Amino acid sequence: MSEPIQYGPALLLPGQQIRITTNPNTEPFWEAARDHKLTACKCAACGHFRMPPSAYCPECSSREVEWPTLPGTGTVFSYVVCNKNPATGEDYIYVPVVVDLDGAPGTRLNANVTGCNAEDVHIGMKVTVEWTDIQDGWVLPNFKKA
Amino acid sequence: MAWANQDKTAIVGIGATDYYVRGKSWPRTINDMAGEAILKACADAGISIKDIDGFAYYSTAGAGYLDKFDTASLMETLGMPNVSFSATLTSGGGGCPGAIGLATAGLMNEDCKYVVTLMALQQLPQHRLGVVFGSAAPNPENSFLQPSGLVGPGHLMSVLARRHMHLYGTTQDAFGEIVMATRANTHNRPKAVRKNPLTKEEYEASVMLADPLRRLDFCLETDGAVAVITTTMDRAKDCRHKPAVVHACAHGGQREWGRAFAWMGMPDPHFASSGHKFTADRVWAQSGLSAKDMDVALIYDHFSPMVLMQLEDYGFCEKGEGNDYVLSGKIRYDAATQGGVNGGVPVNTHGGNLNEAYIIGMTHIVEGVEQVRGTAINQVKDAEFALVSGGPASLPVSSLILRSA
Repeated sequence: MSEPIQYGPALLLPGQQIRITTNPNTEPFWEAARDHKLTACKCAACGHFRMPPSAYCPECSSREVEWPTLPGTGTVFSYVVCNKNPATGEDYIYVPVVVDLDGAPGTRLNANVTGCNAEDVHIGMKVTVEWTDIQDGWVLPNFKKA
Repeated sequence: MAWANQDKTAIVGIGATDYYVRGKSWPRTINDMAGEAILKACADAGISIKDIDGFAYYSTAGAGYLDKFDTASLMETLGMPNVSFSATLTSGGGGCPGAIGLATAGLMNEDCKYVVTLMALQQLPQHRLGVVFGSAAPNPENSFLQPSGLVGPGHLMSVLARRHMHLYGTTQDAFGEIVMATRANTHNRPKAVRKNPLTKEEYEASVMLADPLRRLDFCLETDGAVAVITTTMDRAKDCRHKPAVVHACAHGGQREWGRAFAWMGMPDPHFASSGHKFTADRVWAQSGLSAKDMDVALIYDHFSPMVLMQLEDYGFCEKGEGNDYVLSGKIRYDAATQGGVNGGVPVNTHGGNLNEAYIIGMTHIVEGVEQVRGTAINQVKDAEFALVSGGPASLPVSSLILRSA
């Protein structure tokens, strides 16, 4: 097998190229993010967490939700090393990670990770949230190596 | 219990255009290519275009990634007098072989007599899948995925492959073997896009696009059209070729897989899988067969690791043992014996999406038909059963077993 590639620092995709849209089910998540609070959608009836936020609890069919503030820490569940900025096609090292969120069993976020070289990202790595300003005044949760 | 519709319908006609490298089919239009595939499938079946009275699409009737098939337009273009069945499976390429089950539903309900299933693909620069994924302002659901820079299907599949490598020790060598083993099946295929034998050194020199996946782990980007015609067994007996009998067919999946890599919420062990366990179990239950009974497996190969994960989900090997199964040569086709290697079942004897052409799964159905007819270029000797699978993606995915008549 060939040797692993040495990529160097894992970068954040620039916030000014990122847009999101919201709907009434998802907006509380993004409003909390704007206040630099990480939350997840929790069923107020049975306590089951679900992401992305949606209209019904898949366990008990309740429409009632809570938005607890999470610790903002998590664990890398999987990842991929990418080498082109998707907006420009230019060489750009970034690492999308799938993160298991602490304090909200079964929920994840997809984000970028920083604070280490791309080749050092690994499954099981502990991460903490960091906040990236994006278009339209929204704020995106990303992660850095804990 | 055996499927109520087992051996009641058959694929009787197959038709395809040339396979063009992405974007090279212009100035042909997508309906021009679709029409050629349908007319060729009618000629192959020995029926008139005017006999066609049903359409069973998949991919939400998509024609590639931006165009849509429209039954009214097709019947006015091609001159079918009446249409009495027009339906589609939802989601994407995962439904490809499942569309034959949809055709069977229409036929067994006596809605129609001859059903077309087709795909046409024309990837002009603005129609490329990666571009389509990445350029759209994300909807509220996709706003939880796209900002991470997971914009191309290769990015998404790499995340699953990485988890499989972590859990089971799967290696990039196995991904390379899948590409090389299926490339070895195209040197004698005039229409194949990639025909040169592939060495390990060439594979390892292929550029890393989304680590752990290289360019050669990604399928081709092809323009072209493929159509097949399904009818009832009594009508099939009057067609030109030996019928490719629909022995089992299922689409769907389970909630744990759900949106799959369009969200990344799957728990283990579903995450590092192809999401095919549910439909695999259904076609095995419908038929009373298992993986070892298959003579050939036409496994949707948009990305090489997803072949390995389907081998596990269909039970060609145990979960987590795909790496060793592949590296022991068991997916290869041996032309000398017209059979498998080392006790395995030959996979993608046509070269698959990785090497022959990528028409969102339709070429796998065509190869399954030719294998059970006994007319395949890389014919498996006395092939009785062919498995065809549809692309691991958001549900539904689907599975089909064809049987020789």
